[in-house]
Amino acid sequence: MKRIARMLGRCGMIVFALGCAGAQAVEAAAAAEITGLKDAPGHDLTVGRCIICHSLEYIPSNAPAMNRAAWQKTIQKMRERFGAPITDDEAKQILDYLDANYSGKAS
Amino acid sequence: MLTRRELLLAGAGTWLSRRARAADAPGVTAAPQDSLGTLPGKQPLIQRAFRPPNFETPLADLAAPFTSNDVFFVRYHLTVIPWLDAASWRLKVGGASVRQPLTLSLAELKSGFERVTIAAVNQCSGNRRGLFAPRVPGVQWANGAMGNARWTGVRLRDVLNKAGVAAGALEVVFAGADSAVLPQTPNFVKSLPLERALDESTLIAFEMNGQPLPHWNGAPVRLAVPGWTGTYWMKHLTDIRIEPKAFDGFWMKSAYRLPTGAFPGARFASQETPETTPITEILVNSLIVGPVAGARLKRGEHAEVTGKAWDGGAGIAAVEVSVDGRRSWREAKLGHDLGRFAWRDFRMPVDTARAGPLEIAVRARSRNGAQQPDKLTFNPSGYHDNIVQAVSVEVA
Repeated sequence: MKRIARMLGRCGMIVFALGCAGAQAVEAAAAAEITGLKDAPGHDLTVGRCIICHSLEYIPSNAPAMNRAAWQKTIQKMRERFGAPITDDEAKQILDYLDANYSGKAS
Repeated sequence: MLTRRELLLAGAGTWLSRRARAADAPGVTAAPQDSLGTLPGKQPLIQRAFRPPNFETPLADLAAPFTSNDVFFVRYHLTVIPWLDAASWRLKVGGASVRQPLTLSLAELKSGFERVTIAAVNQCSGNRRGLFAPRVPGVQWANGAMGNARWTGVRLRDVLNKAGVAAGALEVVFAGADSAVLPQTPNFVKSLPLERALDESTLIAFEMNGQPLPHWNGAPVRLAVPGWTGTYWMKHLTDIRIEPKAFDGFWMKSAYRLPTGAFPGARFASQETPETTPITEILVNSLIVGPVAGARLKRGEHAEVTGKAWDGGAGIAAVEVSVDGRRSWREAKLGHDLGRFAWRDFRMPVDTARAGPLEIAVRARSRNGAQQPDKLTFNPSGYHDNIVQAVSVEVA
């Protein structure tokens, strides 16, 4: 029963995506569905770097405590303290993605 | 039909419900959007993160006097967590201030020293961080990053004395077998002041509630530091070093710190700076286990408020309950004293003669005179939330 519901949900999403924006959107929507994170510019890079060390729940669960400055501080901590392999340019893209989609706190 | 869990996990739904929580009042215990996850050997727990595993004990599982091993909370910083073989596990005791370095097998540890059992709360430093207002980053724990268990092992001091503590020793440093994916990430290494390491209650523990330690709680051997927060209770313990200098690793110098002088509790002088100091002892606190927030109590029927109170080892003197918006307080009945480091049950009947809303608040007082405060002392890492909690219920 659960599995059927999940399949129906997935089909609905794919049909919707096809109707709206074509094949590329299907891939993006499917990826975001798997990661549970928002499908927006920077999604793949953010996922690719963050999951080296930790799962992705930290991003939405921390959102209410975060704004742009807090995300910047977090990315800096991951790079400088924990050695995350993120270039300056990637850090900027990841910051933009996290701030646009997961900043729940007033700046 | 979609289950609640599937709805919660449906992408944007998770985000929207989390965001809605930002407006919640402090002290609210319910978090209806939590999802459950199951680690091997554990019951379903509240999944705060899958990797590294951070799983919280649901409120209902905190009702028992001792928290079962299969529901005890799980907290890790790093993701490479080996399943250790007890037979080949070894504990090394060394450092610059050791007289005679030692290596012990589990059999040698068990047979060579007096066996001790202590009932104690193990509470994560960040327990209740998710209830902080304003919100702070970190694992968003509610009330269940804690539990009460009987810890069996040998005294750390007996092992340190066997190795020999040289004059000038300042700290004892602990490392476990878990590590990070990236070599650049600082390993999780912690230290204790020598005097706390030599305290008779500090144990090298190999049993929890009469059973071998569960993997996710530090098998085969972990440190137990009753009265101090969980960060010092090193899991999968493999290395102990007696050192003449303050340990300067990331997890001491930069993490698990509080503003200096902001809170009561033991000082950790060798790690203190004018600005910040390590978190040390658990502050006096209490938890309402029942009724849960939003419960409906039937008018005229028997009801009671139940829960736990604990502190850093002085023991609980009294628990008071208010059902009138914190204007008047009455003493609750305390349960068995399980030991000064354990939590203490409390219960008090609730008058359900009149219909209407009720706010039930609880505050505990320690034998050292400390009492739970009404106002949160903000600190950026979200530690030491021991403010008086309240639940709102409805009599109907």
